[in-house]
Amino acid sequence: MSHVALVTGGSRGIGKAIAMRLAGDGHSVAVNYKANATAADEVVDAIIGAGGAAIAFQADVGSGEAVTAMFGEIEERLGRVAILVNNAGITRDDLLLRMSPDAWDDVIQTNLRSVYLCTRAAMRGMLRLKWGRIISVSSVSGISGNPGQANYAASKAAIIGFSKSVAREIGSRSITVNVVAPGFIETDMTEHLGSDVAEEVVRRVALGRLGKPEEIAAAVGYLASDDAAYVTGQTLVVDGGLAL
Amino acid sequence: MDRTEIEAKLTDLLVDELGIERDDITTDAKFEEDLDVDSLGVVELLMALEDNFGVKIPDEEAEQITTVGEAVDLVELKLNA
Repeated sequence: MSHVALVTGGSRGIGKAIAMRLAGDGHSVAVNYKANATAADEVVDAIIGAGGAAIAFQADVGSGEAVTAMFGEIEERLGRVAILVNNAGITRDDLLLRMSPDAWDDVIQTNLRSVYLCTRAAMRGMLRLKWGRIISVSSVSGISGNPGQANYAASKAAIIGFSKSVAREIGSRSITVNVVAPGFIETDMTEHLGSDVAEEVVRRVALGRLGKPEEIAAAVGYLASDDAAYVTGQTLVVDGGLAL
Repeated sequence: MDRTEIEAKLTDLLVDELGIERDDITTDAKFEEDLDVDSLGVVELLMALEDNFGVKIPDEEAEQITTVGEAVDLVELKLNA
């Protein structure tokens, strides 16, 4: 069954892999991006080149007005969003003692407020469709904590509680709400970690390596599929055995 | 569209969308208490009203609706606005 899927922060990293995966599974994909139009267009071109359907949509998903406008545009051009992947996220790492209120607010706004705004916007369409998949990308940081990431970890842990609550609210309408919690994945976001940090991380991973964006996308693809119809309110940790 | 037509269409929506027994639907029937429609069901009904009557019902006004008659009143008001 083919649906309309929206991937927030879909132009790079894990979001890009998720957009490609969902397109490969036959869905029409709305690739949301905030600033990098070139990267978003590349994802769209790659999807279309592979025989899929995708359109890029610019919006700051931390802004209510931008989210409302984007959902209107997606519905007009692709149809109602049946699969929502809340992936957009940023880090502004610092030790808590040095963390500014701005660093806190920015991360909460982009990582958490966006999940609330997009999920609420998507729910109306899903209720009309009487089917829906809401999948949010959390992080192993939100489960185990990580020094320097109090803001990021708080936003990522909050997504889990949010998803469990919404899962209970709308489960009776065949809409599932789940979370994927990646560990250390090879992306721009983890690239700035020094090689010594990366080595240390790898030592703690049972599978002995960093993950690939496609391996997170595979988990999202499963949760979006009909095979996962009876799975809701769950957090699927895809971290190679880091947080055991 | 007059009141009788609105009532008839609303009744059809309640039967078709929310699976309510036609005989239970009266003007005074309360959605949650009498018709066993949960709060999410009321939201769904209001969305169905928007789709079928081409009206826009703001959340603040939607929250005031507890009976079938009130829903008819609101649609009538919106259609004549």
